[in-house]
Amino acid sequence: MHKMHNTPLGRVFDVFNHIILLLMGLVTFIPFVYVIAASFATEAEIAARPFFIIPDTITTAAYEYIFSTNTFVRSMGVSVLVTVLGTLVSLALTLTMAYPLSRRNLLGRNVLLNLVVFTMIFNGGMIPTYMVVRSLGLLDSLWALILPVAINPFYLIIVKSFFQNLPEELEESARIDGCSDMGVFWKIVLPLSKPVIATFTLFYAVFYWNDFFNALLYISDSAKWPIQLLLQQLMMVANVDFGEMDTMLADPPEESLKMAVVVVATVPILLFYPFLQKHFAKGILLGSVKG
Amino acid sequence: MGLLSLKSKKKIVNEEEGSNQVSKMKLLFRNRYLYLLLLPGLIYFLLFKYLPMWGVLMAFQDYSPFLGFWESKWVGFDHFINFFQNPDFFRLLRNTLILAFYDLIFFFPAPIIVALLLNEIRVQFFKRTIQTLVYVPHFMSWVIIASITYVFLTTSGGAVNAIVEYFTGETINFLSSPDWFRPMIIGQVIWKETGWGTVIFLAALAGVSTEQYEAAIMDGAGRFRRMWHVTLPALRGTIMILLILRLGNFLDQGFQQIYLMTNSLNREVADVFDTYVYFVGITQGAFSYSTAVGLFKAVVGIILIYGSDYLAKKMKQPGLF
Repeated sequence: MHKMHNTPLGRVFDVFNHIILLLMGLVTFIPFVYVIAASFATEAEIAARPFFIIPDTITTAAYEYIFSTNTFVRSMGVSVLVTVLGTLVSLALTLTMAYPLSRRNLLGRNVLLNLVVFTMIFNGGMIPTYMVVRSLGLLDSLWALILPVAINPFYLIIVKSFFQNLPEELEESARIDGCSDMGVFWKIVLPLSKPVIATFTLFYAVFYWNDFFNALLYISDSAKWPIQLLLQQLMMVANVDFGEMDTMLADPPEESLKMAVVVVATVPILLFYPFLQKHFAKGILLGSVKG
Repeated sequence: MGLLSLKSKKKIVNEEEGSNQVSKMKLLFRNRYLYLLLLPGLIYFLLFKYLPMWGVLMAFQDYSPFLGFWESKWVGFDHFINFFQNPDFFRLLRNTLILAFYDLIFFFPAPIIVALLLNEIRVQFFKRTIQTLVYVPHFMSWVIIASITYVFLTTSGGAVNAIVEYFTGETINFLSSPDWFRPMIIGQVIWKETGWGTVIFLAALAGVSTEQYEAAIMDGAGRFRRMWHVTLPALRGTIMILLILRLGNFLDQGFQQIYLMTNSLNREVADVFDTYVYFVGITQGAFSYSTAVGLFKAVVGIILIYGSDYLAKKMKQPGLF
């Protein structure tokens, strides 16, 4: 970047700087590498060696085991369903609400905006929200993982600002061509907003996939546990009844099994990681512009 | 003719003012589809955000699920008084404040330092690779982070304890030791969020013109003086804003993280307001009392947010609203 007349001290600094950052990169990433390695290792090896990158004996027993159990496959199904459905619901609600709020001539716009902003600084809290969810009959329903958190007010405000900054001329010309409000939203605004929609699709999807709090709060039926809650029970409570599996293995590989569940819960995130990195950085910078 | 047109213009203006009500109705009607579009979102906010706000009135009742909201007895500030007189109150306040303070001292500067270090790297490939690696944990759920923590810190074959044992001959039970709870929590936050935290600082640094560096070089400033006098000041605004935001949610320690790392052995130092509300409210069913605790925290939170906004504006920063 900037031209250097590098002093000896500066060169020493450069060397150390590279080493420090490299170490930091390794320390952040190596735990994942170990967990992946351990998920392919035998029980004996995990017990014998505290750390390794490549197991001596590579086995897929843990994966065969978890994929043969109803409990695990069902949990994955719940997580995938909630993530896909939740993201669709959240996007639909966020976009349809953000558009009218971005129209400056909408009567009552400021009242509505204040209504939204106020929820960012004050909320009824865990118990009253729980009561509402309960009285709506949503306890132990997968909708309880979606509806109470369907709109993130921060995202709503960011999308609203984005809509507000779209060139007005395009809309005006569409209106002259006889387009209605709905038509403008559907045919002009949404197609112009593809990048912002992509960003918030990822934001919401990551949230739903990673969410553990709402499942803990609202889902007590273990048949409806998402993968995060199953993993938590497996790691920290250790009383998960894998029950009705086809007992192909007399002795389930306990440690590698945990590792395998961690890996499977992580994989979707890693798969989308290149997109996440790009879009999240954009989102965070969008968010730092005041709307 | 000119006079006439002026008159008629006046008339039109008068008409517009006089028929303000009518035009408002017209405006509402003309935008009817916009309101329709807005409706589902509005229902969401009323149902899941505003109905619970009204539900906080439970904090002033002896709510009984059998009697319901309307029939339950009103008890005024009893639950608040109970809470403040309960030793739990000071325990929660202490745990929360200590964690928040540690967070500010140990975690807050970390992304700034790493951003400064990254900014000094001139080999773009190396810089990008490191960034790609250190951003990863940000996208992982707390359950995954907690699981990995368990795997590495456990006394039965965890890698960290293997190292500790190699050097000291004994193992440390990090996971259930009250002494290690806070360092563990802050360590997790540093590990998970430092990398990602650099994004906003690196963006701020991208805006620094090379001319400033060139001018500094002309003035004979070496490497470190340039970092100190050009790079760091460029981050001042961002640092101030983040500091103020942090002050606004000083009481918010992540529920998920703390819940996941809490067990019966470290509960004494682990409990914060949110986890306490969960344990007392959801698992023990003390709805009204826990609502009162939650409301107390929310009210203090509002004061902190407005306080930090006031502070921001006093210091000529953009503020929050």
